[in-house]
Amino acid sequence: MGYKVIESTFPAGSYYLSGNEAIAEGAIAAGCRYYAGYPITPSSEIMERISVRFKDLHGVFMQMEDEIASICSVIGAVWAGAKAMTATSGPGFSLMQEGIGYAALTETPLVIVDIQRAGPGTGQATRVASGDLMQAKWGSHGDYYIIALSPWSVQEMYEQTIHAFNVAEKYRVPVFVMGEEAVGHLRERIEVKDTLKIFNRKKKKGAPPFGTDQDDGIPPMPSFGDGEKLLVTGSTHNEIGIRKTDDPDAHSRLVNRINKKILNNRNNIIQTESHHLKDAEVVVVSYGFTARSALFAIEQLRKEGKKVGLLRLKTIWPFADEIIHDIGQRAKTIFVPEMNRGQIIGEVMKYASCEVIPYNQTNGEIIHPHRIINEVRRLMQ
Amino acid sequence: MSRDLEEYLRPGIESTPFCPGCGHGILMNLVLRAIDECKINMDDMLFVSGIGCAAWIPSPHFNADTLHTLHGRAIAFATGAKMFNPKLNVMVISGDGDLASIGGNHLIHGARRNIDLTVICANNMIYGMTGGQVASTSPLGALTSTSMDGNVYRPFDLCKLVLGAGARYVARFSVTQPLLLVNAIKKSLNTPGFTFIEVLSPCPTQFGRRNRYDSPADMLKTLTERCIVKEEARNLSEDELEDKIVTGEFTIE
Repeated sequence: MGYKVIESTFPAGSYYLSGNEAIAEGAIAAGCRYYAGYPITPSSEIMERISVRFKDLHGVFMQMEDEIASICSVIGAVWAGAKAMTATSGPGFSLMQEGIGYAALTETPLVIVDIQRAGPGTGQATRVASGDLMQAKWGSHGDYYIIALSPWSVQEMYEQTIHAFNVAEKYRVPVFVMGEEAVGHLRERIEVKDTLKIFNRKKKKGAPPFGTDQDDGIPPMPSFGDGEKLLVTGSTHNEIGIRKTDDPDAHSRLVNRINKKILNNRNNIIQTESHHLKDAEVVVVSYGFTARSALFAIEQLRKEGKKVGLLRLKTIWPFADEIIHDIGQRAKTIFVPEMNRGQIIGEVMKYASCEVIPYNQTNGEIIHPHRIINEVRRLMQ
Repeated sequence: MSRDLEEYLRPGIESTPFCPGCGHGILMNLVLRAIDECKINMDDMLFVSGIGCAAWIPSPHFNADTLHTLHGRAIAFATGAKMFNPKLNVMVISGDGDLASIGGNHLIHGARRNIDLTVICANNMIYGMTGGQVASTSPLGALTSTSMDGNVYRPFDLCKLVLGAGARYVARFSVTQPLLLVNAIKKSLNTPGFTFIEVLSPCPTQFGRRNRYDSPADMLKTLTERCIVKEEARNLSEDELEDKIVTGEFTIE
C-alpha cells in the first residue's frame, strides 16, 4: 500500500562501485533531488558523486558552510517539497543533532548518511568504527524516535538508501543510514534492477499536518507553496502548527505520537537476516561490516560441526526486541561482536534471557573473522 | 496594526505577544505595508524565522507559509526552501542575537552566495526573550544582565558586515523612520539576490529599564533623535556624530 514501482534512473546492470558511490546512486534512484553537505572523511565521495550526477537531473546540490547549515537547509528543502539528504561522519553527525531533533518534532522526512569513523573527537578520520549507533538513537535532546539502518555491503548501501527514503516518507521521520568507513570505501560488484519500489509522502488538501485520527499516527504532509499557509515550528504545537508552549496535554500528545508512530509500526519496519538459527546453541548477533566477518566465521564453525548461527540486524532502530527475545529463549549464548565499547549489546541484554557475551574492538580496524571463530570456539569448549 | 492590513494576518490571531513599547509590532505593520504596496500574493510568500522575540513577528501572525526554525539557523533553512523551489518569495525575519551571533556564519555565507532572500534583522541590541543578556550588537557600556558593569566589547556594524560579505542591497532604518523603512523593504523585495535590512527596534523591557530610559516613549524619542540619515551625517563633525546612529542604504564605496 502506498508504494509504487518506477523505472530506475540508474540503468540496470552490474556495476563495480564503492559503498559511498552506491549510496549516491541509491538516493538518486529513490528520487532525492536536494542534497546539502559539508566535506568530511570518510563520506565525501557521496557529495562528490551527487554534485556531478545532479547536473543532468535538475537536482539541487549545495555545499554548505557547516553540517548545521547542511541539515537545516535539507529540512527547508523537504518542506518545499523535496526528497532530500545529507551525508557526514561522526563530528558532522554531532553538529547535526539539534537539527535532527527539530526534524523529529516537525515530522520532516529526510535521510542522513553517517559513514562512521573511529571517535570520539577527531579520532581516526580514515579508520572504521561503529560508535555512533547510540548517538543515532539518543543524540538530540528530548524524547523522539528515528529509524536507523545498517548496511553490510555495497549492494545494501544502494538498496538501504532507497529503503531509507521510502520509510522516511512513509513514517515522516528522519532515517539514518549508519554506514561504516569499511563499507563506504569498499569496492565490489552490485546489481541494479530496471525497476524499484518507492514511497512518496501522503498529501491531503486541508488536512492538519501535525495530527491525525488515523491509527498509524502519520499525518499527511503538504509543502510550502501549496497554498496551505503552513505553520511549521520546532516548538510544541497543535495539529495545525500553532505553538503550545505551556499546554501539558499538547506536549504529551505530540511527543507520544511521534514515538508511537514508529514503535507501533516496528514489526513493519524492522528487517533482519537469519543464518543457521534453527538449531543454534550460540547465536552471533551482528550488523554492518562486522556481520560479514561473523557470517564467514559461522560458516567455518559449521564445517567443524558447531551449532552456531547468525542474526544480522539490517535495522538497528527500532530495535528487533521480539526477535532477540525469541532467540534468547532457545539459544545458550548470544555473542555480540562490535566495533565499539559495547552499544547494541545493551539492547540485546535487555531482551534476551540467555547468557550474552561481548566482543569489543576499538582500534580502527575491522573485526577479522578469525577473532570471532576463536571467541566462539572458546565459548563452546 | 492598521485595519486595512488585517487581511494579511492569520485568522484567529487577536493579539501579539510583544511587550508594551516593543518596536516589533511597528515592524510587523511595516513589513505587511511593504508587501501590500508591492502587491505580493501571500500564497507565494514563505516567512522563515529563528528563535527569539523577533522570530515571532511572522509566526504565527502572518497568513502565509511560515517556518519557525532553530536558534540562528533561519538563513540555512531558507536557503534549502528557496533553492529547491525558486518560485517561493522567501523573507527571513529574526533578531540580532539570532542572525548575527549564533547565526553569524549563515548570515555571511548567505550574503556570499547571493541567494535571493530578503533578510530583516530586528536589532534591539540585547537578548530580549532570555532575560536581557549582552549581545554582539549591544553598544559599548550597555548595562545588561550579563554586563552589569557595562559592555566592554565593541558591537558589530551589521550593515558593514553583510555588505562586506557580498549582499546586493543593505540598509539600516529604525522603526521610528516608518516611511523610509517601508521603502527599504519594498526595494529589498524587488531586488534579486541577497538583501539585508537592519531595523532598530527598541526593547524597553530588557534594554530600556537597565539603561535608564524613563519610559518606552522616552526610548522611542531618544531613538528618533539619534537616528539620522546618512546624507545628514555627511555634514556633521565626528563629535556631533558620536551619539548618532547613521541610517540609510549602504553600498561599498
